[in-house]
Amino acid sequence: MAELQTRAAKSMRWYQRRERAAGWLFAAPALIGFLALTLLPMIFSLYWSLTDFNVFKSETNFIGLDNFRQMFSASDLYFKDSIKATAYYAVLNVPASILFSFAVALMLSSNIKGRGVFRSIFYLPSIIPAVASCMVWVWLLNQQYGLINTVLKSVGITPPAWIWSKDTVIPTLVMINMWNTGGTMVIFLAGIMSVPKVYYEALEIDGGNAFHKLIYVTIPMVTPTLFFNTIMAIINSLQVFTQGYIMTGGGPSNASLFYCLYIYREAFQNANMGYACALAWLLFLIILALTMVVLKSQRHWVYYSDGGR
Amino acid sequence: MMHDTRVRRFVGKFLIYLFLIIVCFLAFLPFLWMVRSSFMELKQMYKVPTEWIPNPLTFENFASAITETGMFNYLLNTVFIVAMNILGTVLTASMAAYAFARLNWKGRDVMFVLLLSSMMLPGAVTMVPVYVGWSRLGGIDTYWPLILPAYLGGGAYNIFLLRQFMKGIPHELDEAATIDGAGKVRIFFNIIIPLTKASIVVVAMFCFMGVWNDFMGPLLYINSESKYTVSISLQSLQGSYSSRWNLIMAASAIVVLPCVVVFLLGQKHIIGGIAISGIKG
Repeated sequence: MAELQTRAAKSMRWYQRRERAAGWLFAAPALIGFLALTLLPMIFSLYWSLTDFNVFKSETNFIGLDNFRQMFSASDLYFKDSIKATAYYAVLNVPASILFSFAVALMLSSNIKGRGVFRSIFYLPSIIPAVASCMVWVWLLNQQYGLINTVLKSVGITPPAWIWSKDTVIPTLVMINMWNTGGTMVIFLAGIMSVPKVYYEALEIDGGNAFHKLIYVTIPMVTPTLFFNTIMAIINSLQVFTQGYIMTGGGPSNASLFYCLYIYREAFQNANMGYACALAWLLFLIILALTMVVLKSQRHWVYYSDGGR
Repeated sequence: MMHDTRVRRFVGKFLIYLFLIIVCFLAFLPFLWMVRSSFMELKQMYKVPTEWIPNPLTFENFASAITETGMFNYLLNTVFIVAMNILGTVLTASMAAYAFARLNWKGRDVMFVLLLSSMMLPGAVTMVPVYVGWSRLGGIDTYWPLILPAYLGGGAYNIFLLRQFMKGIPHELDEAATIDGAGKVRIFFNIIIPLTKASIVVVAMFCFMGVWNDFMGPLLYINSESKYTVSISLQSLQGSYSSRWNLIMAASAIVVLPCVVVFLLGQKHIIGGIAISGIKG
């Protein structure tokens, strides 16, 4: 009997050891990928941010925090512009995209026919290549023959200069980005649809109207989704690149020189790899700090029906 | 009183439909404008008053987009890269998802959190070192940097998505198979993969769209024109055919079409996949 038990225990241990090995082996490609494409590059990037690494120069020197000092000094002509453009874009885009996609999701969640069709049409723009959508928008906004200006002129409105003026370029890009909020909308819609019906019924019995339902049930119940979407919107807004690269080239007069566009230029046009790494790490720290702020704030406004995880 | 609420409800419904129809029309309008422009000759596009519907229809733009700009070659290049990516992502992401969802091994949860946290990392941080690494390995102007990452897990998001689905499969199935003498590899290929087929298709579609739409990758790594992908070639059209918007729109339509087809084929699953990331994320 005792012998049988030890044999059972042995075979159990053998089984567990095999399972452990299998776990590592199955996850190995992903773990190697994490090591080679995320962790090691992060370490290199952090180290290079403290050097003057430039592809065209033969030697690389350790310069401590000089790169970071340079950003905030007068010798960097573009850093301030890129911060300004990116912050302006994010400040407009985060609330605009959240409010707009929430409004659409709310409408879609009501008892209507053809919800699936509406949802698909609204989501469709999010799946097309960014380059194609940039092309289409440049042509839509074309000052002489574009659809938007043609329509505006025909009703007697003088159209603004859209992406060709430094005052309107950022609001225009934010407006265009509303076209890509389908993903956020779908997440909101799923959040709203998962609110248990009993809450609405209870409110109805107490004589609440549609507005009460929105304020006292829907919004509190979707705060976890709102929380997620806000964080993602912040992260994505601060990393905007393609529109600036394709549609405006950072212009006019650097008004849309987004931070990631600036990093790209420093790294791949000026070959200042060290400086680009420092810029990238600053962005990472900013994103981390903002995420922390939202994360810390969540206990004041995010409601988890399971009492938080 | 009764009448009043009914009227109000009707008006409310009407406003909701109106709002949705306007929003969807606006969402769809750029597509219509693209298609309209792609079927026009230049002089039709610049006509005053505006010609809304092309008359006559010209198919010439599509023909010249394919032949003149080398688009056919770029389509083939992109299809090759996409196919290689889908293969790698489906294989290695589902392997990792299996390990994270259904196997017990020390360090599993730490690794999973690390992997997920890499989604928060701005791409700009790793961009320079990964590029320098590839240039040291001689990978510049080859497809290796665009393909190999798919064979190394294929992205944390896909792993997360597949893990979510694999967790839902009853454990009794694995146990029964184990008793019958099946190893982990057999269980993975004969039980788990067939049962997660639907979500694997979703991952393949996400992968298709991600790679088809990828601009940064080819921008960094591809130099020679003959190796261009569709998105990078579209961007270069802007320079070389800047005044021929009908041609650019035709090329854009060609690039957009496969995405729309894939979306229409799998819209239910794709939207479901997106929704999951928000609720459980």
